Parts: sequence; structure tokens; C-alpha cells
Amino acid sequence: MKPPAFDYEAPTSLAEALALKARHGEDARFLAGGQSLVPAMNFRLVRPAVLIDLNGVADLDHLSCSSSGALGIGALVRHARVESDREVARHQPLLVEAIREVAHPQVRNRGTLCGNLAHADPASELPAVMVALKAQLHAVSIRGERSIPAADFFQGTYTTALEPDELLARVQLEPLPTGTGTAFLELARRPGDYAMMGVAVLLQLDASGACTDARVVCCGAGDRPVASAATAAVLRAATPGSDPVALEALCEAAGAALAASIDPPGTVHVTADYQRHLAQVLAARAIAMAFGRAAAHSPRRSI
Amino acid sequence: MAARQYPIRVTVNGTEREAEVEARLLLSDFIRHRLGLTGTHVGCEHGVCGACTILHDGVPARACLLFAVQTHGHSIETVESLGTPERLHPLQAAFRACHGLQCGYCTPGILMTMKAFLEQHPDPDEAAIRKALSGNLCRCTGYQNIVAAVSRAAAMAKEGA
Repeated sequence: MKPPAFDYEAPTSLAEALALKARHGEDARFLAGGQSLVPAMNFRLVRPAVLIDLNGVADLDHLSCSSSGALGIGALVRHARVESDREVARHQPLLVEAIREVAHPQVRNRGTLCGNLAHADPASELPAVMVALKAQLHAVSIRGERSIPAADFFQGTYTTALEPDELLARVQLEPLPTGTGTAFLELARRPGDYAMMGVAVLLQLDASGACTDARVVCCGAGDRPVASAATAAVLRAATPGSDPVALEALCEAAGAALAASIDPPGTVHVTADYQRHLAQVLAARAIAMAFGRAAAHSPRRSI
Repeated sequence: MAARQYPIRVTVNGTEREAEVEARLLLSDFIRHRLGLTGTHVGCEHGVCGACTILHDGVPARACLLFAVQTHGHSIETVESLGTPERLHPLQAAFRACHGLQCGYCTPGILMTMKAFLEQHPDPDEAAIRKALSGNLCRCTGYQNIVAAVSRAAAMAKEGA
């Protein structure tokens, strides 16, 4: 099992890397962590004529977190760095919670967020998280730079909105407002495996405790992250308050709405019916967690 | 058509090595076939089993998911950097004492993973050890003795300190 022959380029500047991609287009692939691309090359599922290794482009190894919690993650920032950064954990806990579920420590030492997103595996956790967080994905090319909302970036299995000459250079996350609660839950056959189903939840509570915004996004439920408007509609305007029975009923109703609104494909490891069941159970649990966390950060502390 | 060769200079277990490699040569194959360091084992060759785990600039990584050409200017450490049969590394001694291996195929990858893990977490509990081992498959032991061996190695390091 060896990859087919290719030419290797190791640019040391972004301009040089983009010029190479512009010249070679779809025949070339960028190499950052290589934790998805190299396995695919070893299986000969992907046969780039040229690999453009970004590891020498220092500008891309940039992780910035503003005091307000806005986060910029460059194309060379490894999962392990995001996972262990205290500021990221404080401001974007959903991202950290999900990254811990991505593969294994050795893979997270090399793999990058941008690379994961550009690979666009629908079973991966991080595209769903990007949609839930309304991330802006910054694509650059020799023609310039543009920002793509996460919801528009993922266009199908291994398919993104990137043009053949573009690099996903940076992910930008805006700070979460006060009163936001998030949670990510998945079930995999073994730790580090692709999840049979995963659910990312973001809830926004106002000062009265009413839910003003809700996002529930699944991974593994389709050919791209699947955001359920029906589930969000159940949650939006709900005021679960401090009554645990009412909260449980709301979470279960939301889970049922999610199960009814998705059409998962099933895999060799898991039937579509079981995926739907998992979505229901995981969503109910994740929503309960997110409500708890939102209340803990609410402008009106629950009494 | 002769494949293009790329010159590389890489520090392997503290010694600088120079070679000319084809771009597609995996680091795992470079280590085994070109350097003759057969302690690094090759299992799945797609990043799942962990047998080929080495340290890349001190950090555990899959040698089957790196190209040798990428290691130019970097340092790698393989299991040969640990101990010798006469003078085992504490991790190796702990694995022997606790029967932390049977066939031994997965062991080099586990040792390199645990070397870095114990440096960062000198006093790990069992749950942390199991989590850190999650990227290394062992089909023989059921992991019990591996976990015990890592705990023993941590205790030995503390006693020695």
C-alpha cells in the first residue's frame, strides 16, 4: 500500500503556495497535517500529481484569541494546540469538546482544523461544529480572499465551496454572547472512531431565561452537516426555567423532532434506524447539558 | 522514467542522516528499509493501528502518515532510541516486569506514545493512561498489563527522581 508518485513542493511563503496551486489547480493538493489526505493516498483513492506542503509557511501557524473571545485559527494549527489552549476552552468550549472526539492523540498532534474542514468528511465532528458556531471560513487564492459561511462551505461528501486555486487559510469564530450554552455528544464504537452519530448544540438564553436562538447540527446524518430547523423551532422561545420535569420534556420533544427531521444514510456499522435513535437520545442529552451551561452563564443567574 | 529524488537531512535518534528519497516514500518505510531501523513496525498503513508511532520533533506521530521528504530539517526518534537489551529504558523494564506485551508487534508504537505521555503527565491515573493508549491497537493483551506497565514506569520514574 503505497501512494502513487507525485511531485513535492515545499513553499516557504503563502504567496508561493498560492501561486503553485493556481498553476496546478485540481492536480495539486495542499498538505498540512495529512491525517486524512495521506491515508486516502495510501489507499490510492486520491492521486494528486503535486503535493504542496504548507508546513514551511509560518504565517499559517497562527492561533489568535482576542480578549472578547473572537478566535482565528490558521491552516497549520494542529488539533492538539486548539485542544490544550485555555483561552480557546474558555471562549469556544464546543470546539474543544468536539476536537477531543477526533481520532487519537497522535493524529491530533499532526492534524489541523482547516485540513479537516477542507477534507469535508460528513462523518467528521468538526464541520457540524463549524455550522453550529456559524464559523466564517476564509479562502485565499492569488485572486484574493473571501469569507464563506460554514453553512455554505460544505457541499457534499468530500466536496466544499473551495475553488481549485483556493486554500482554506483560516477559520474565524465570533465570541459567544453571554447566556450561550453549548454541548457536543457522540457515540462511536470505540473512542476515536468515527461517530455513528454526533450532535452539536448551541442555545442562547436571554435575561428572562427564554431561549432566543437554538442550533442543533448532526454529523454522520447526511452528505454534509445536517442542521435541523425543526429541532431549533421546538427550542426557540421555550422557557425551561428551573423545573426539571419541564426541562426534560422539552429536551425529549426536541430529540424527537430531530429524529423525525433527519434522513441518515446508515453505514456498514450502523443502520439508519439506529442512527435516528441515537440522534434522538444524544440530542436530548446534549440539549439538557447546553441549557445547564447557558443558565450558568446567563445574565440573570438562576436562583 | 526515473522518479525525481529529493535530498533530505534528518536527525534520527540524535544522529544526522542524509538521503535522497522519492516524494512518495512513507517515513515508516524510510525508517525500516533505508535506515534499517526495524523496531518501528508497520500495521495498517492508514493511521489507525499506531504500530508505527514515532516521535516527530518530540511529539508522537504516525510514521505511515508522514512522507520521508517532510522530515527534512526535523528530528525523529524511534524505539531504538530508548534502551538496549543490557540497559532497558524504564518503560521497557516496566513492560517486561508487568508482562505488558505478548507478540510485541504493537509495543514499539506504544512505548514511543507513552514516553511522550509520561513526560507530560508524570503521575497519570488509570483513566488517563487508557485514554492516552486509545490510538494504539493491541490484539494480544487486553491492555490490562500495558496499563499496569505504564503505571509502574511512572512510579519508577518518581522513585528514581
